[in-house]
Amino acid sequence: MENEVKLAAGAMVSLAVATAALVVLPYMEVRDIAPPEGLKPYTSAQLRGREVYIANGCVYCHTQQPRDRNLGPDHERGWGRASVPGDYVYDKPHLLGSMRTGPDLFNIGVRQPSKDWHLGHLYQPRAYVPGSIMPAYPYLFETKAAAEPGDEVVKLPPGQGPAGKVVVARPEALDLVKYLQGLDHTYPVLPPPPRSAAGPAAGSAS
Amino acid sequence: MDSAILSLLGAFLLSIMGLFVFIWSMRKGLLVENPRAASVIFARGEIGQADDPALHEAGRAHLQAAAAEPGDAAHAADPRELAQRIEADRSSAFPVFMFIAFAILWLVLGSVAGLTASLKLHMPDWLVGEAWQTFGRVRTMHLTAVLYGWITNAALGLIVWLLPRLLRTRLFGAPWVMLGGAFINIAIASAIGAIGAGWSDGMEYLEMPWQIGLFIVVGFVCIIGPVLYTLVNRKVESLYVSVWYLVAALLWITLLFLVAKLPGVHTGVQQATTNWWYGHNVLGLWFTPISVGAIYYFLPKIIGRPVRSYNLSILGFWTLAFFYGQVGGHHLIGGPIPGWLSTLSIVQSMMMIIPVAAFTINMAGTLRGRMHLALHSPTLRFMMFGGLMYMLSSVQGSLEALRSVNQVAHFTHFTVAHAHLGAYAFVTMVLFGAIYFMLPRVLHWEWPYPRLISLQFWLAAIGILIYFVGLSIGGWLQGLAMLDASRPFMESVQLTIPYLQWRSVGGALMVLSHLVFAGHFLAMALRFGPQRTGAALFAPQSPQALEVAHGK
Repeated sequence: MENEVKLAAGAMVSLAVATAALVVLPYMEVRDIAPPEGLKPYTSAQLRGREVYIANGCVYCHTQQPRDRNLGPDHERGWGRASVPGDYVYDKPHLLGSMRTGPDLFNIGVRQPSKDWHLGHLYQPRAYVPGSIMPAYPYLFETKAAAEPGDEVVKLPPGQGPAGKVVVARPEALDLVKYLQGLDHTYPVLPPPPRSAAGPAAGSAS
Repeated sequence: MDSAILSLLGAFLLSIMGLFVFIWSMRKGLLVENPRAASVIFARGEIGQADDPALHEAGRAHLQAAAAEPGDAAHAADPRELAQRIEADRSSAFPVFMFIAFAILWLVLGSVAGLTASLKLHMPDWLVGEAWQTFGRVRTMHLTAVLYGWITNAALGLIVWLLPRLLRTRLFGAPWVMLGGAFINIAIASAIGAIGAGWSDGMEYLEMPWQIGLFIVVGFVCIIGPVLYTLVNRKVESLYVSVWYLVAALLWITLLFLVAKLPGVHTGVQQATTNWWYGHNVLGLWFTPISVGAIYYFLPKIIGRPVRSYNLSILGFWTLAFFYGQVGGHHLIGGPIPGWLSTLSIVQSMMMIIPVAAFTINMAGTLRGRMHLALHSPTLRFMMFGGLMYMLSSVQGSLEALRSVNQVAHFTHFTVAHAHLGAYAFVTMVLFGAIYFMLPRVLHWEWPYPRLISLQFWLAAIGILIYFVGLSIGGWLQGLAMLDASRPFMESVQLTIPYLQWRSVGGALMVLSHLVFAGHFLAMALRFGPQRTGAALFAPQSPQALEVAHGK
């Protein structure tokens, strides 16, 4: 039995060390983080739009984590300051992403506030960005002979829509655009307090 | 205390600890070679007998002639131990066949989805009419099908087949194993459907909704029970290194999946670190130990010689167990995570060179002067290719964690190429080889068209080569373009397109090889080709006939 016990115990200990480092310690570090003052919780329309973002896998081509200046020109490209843990307090699940087949979207609402642009770009990205390899999302829209009252008609560049018909945004597209327009993390965040300042305070508390 | 004193103290403590470990290993006799433990995969008198069930009789004779070495004693293997092995194989045949059949089904579906996603990246207006066809969903269906469907099923088949053999006992609780397999495959099918319908948990590698994930956990638990019960009922004295790898991996993946999927616990940045803790450990603590364990069994078994150094293989196991678990943070270098976490992951990524070196030295020593056997044995070819790719992908992964390299490679197709080097060139090729070895023993039927095995090997090998080289170059150029603020972002998109097209070419060859593989599997399962050995799985025969097949 000695070998079996060694095997199971060793395997569990090694996994426990890794779990402590990558799961438990970060959990304790960010558990009590307060949201920055400038960060607003998502509205229900934005949350629905976030679900559309997840369902269609936007995260596989777009990150939401601008890096520090010394790691890349993210700031120069207009993607914003380096993000901090507090920026993600309302994010369930996180959508940090791992690919930049397309640009970072952490501040797309600031860079591109126009609803018309977003709707048209989702309908046909290449009408706005020549050479883009982003998929078109026609299934988020409806084509109709004429718009009905309450319809959100997409204003496409000339020659892009189906001839003689109008393109109307479905609710999913409208929610998604609301989410994208709300992606704004340009509010200031304070750098974390230096260690020496935190030291005496912690000492006096104990 | 300043950092200089700290690091001096650290170095002092480390060297003292190193000294104690050295003294301990001397006392335990770990520095003396242990050929008996390495030979436990052979029956008494079997060393020197090459074994490749994927070959026909003439091929076997060629392989045996090539494998013969001066000093081989000419006596037959102990028939009692061979009978034990036959009993072990028969006890696991049904569950193993089930896992492999599902694995191949998901391989074909998953790789077709992968090729579709690849084509969509350079043909963005192709198949956009329906929601389930969009890139973000097809890509994720591909990932779920190949990771959970193909690799996990094949890995489970491998565990269930190898353990009874290595422990010299029968498989206990086979119906429970099959129940577990049913749960897991129901979950995979549901997960692919859910992702297609847009129901996803949204985290990479963990997209399947947790409600479906429950089935996976229950399935794993149903399999762990019989596996542990078989382990404690072993009839063999010492555990071979593959048993360490396989059993530990099975325990690891169950806990990994359970912790990562806990609903409502993880949020924000901590969820991201958990995500990559899981994402990297699926490779590091599930696919890698399974495949390394498989190579440690099949490679020596095929050439009929024990591994060069048993203790080195155990060193490889423990260093892998301790270092690999902590490397996940390197996926978030430069992200909003604590600095110590990325540093820890970078250090442990470099430490991974130790287990890889242990494995490589050991395999090179075992194969020294015997490389030419790959000409005769198709199974060995898969194993050698996989082993070499393990070394390459792991060393590449260690380097990729360095900040300077990561800065360029992060967020690009370079990472995707690297992931396929690991999951395909290494893991999948080893699993192909293992299936070619196992199935004749499971079905008691030979592969009907041996030429197809070679054809499949070359299609897959050339396919992944084109895929990897093309995408790595494209990804690196993409990373350089993104780092240059004077070049517009669109340039980094445009310049990848020819490389993305090459990726589709490589991917098409890989899909083709899977169709050949699946067709060959079907032909074998439906009993095409000339009958040479009896059909055991569906019509049990007399033990004599089986013994002929196994003992040659």
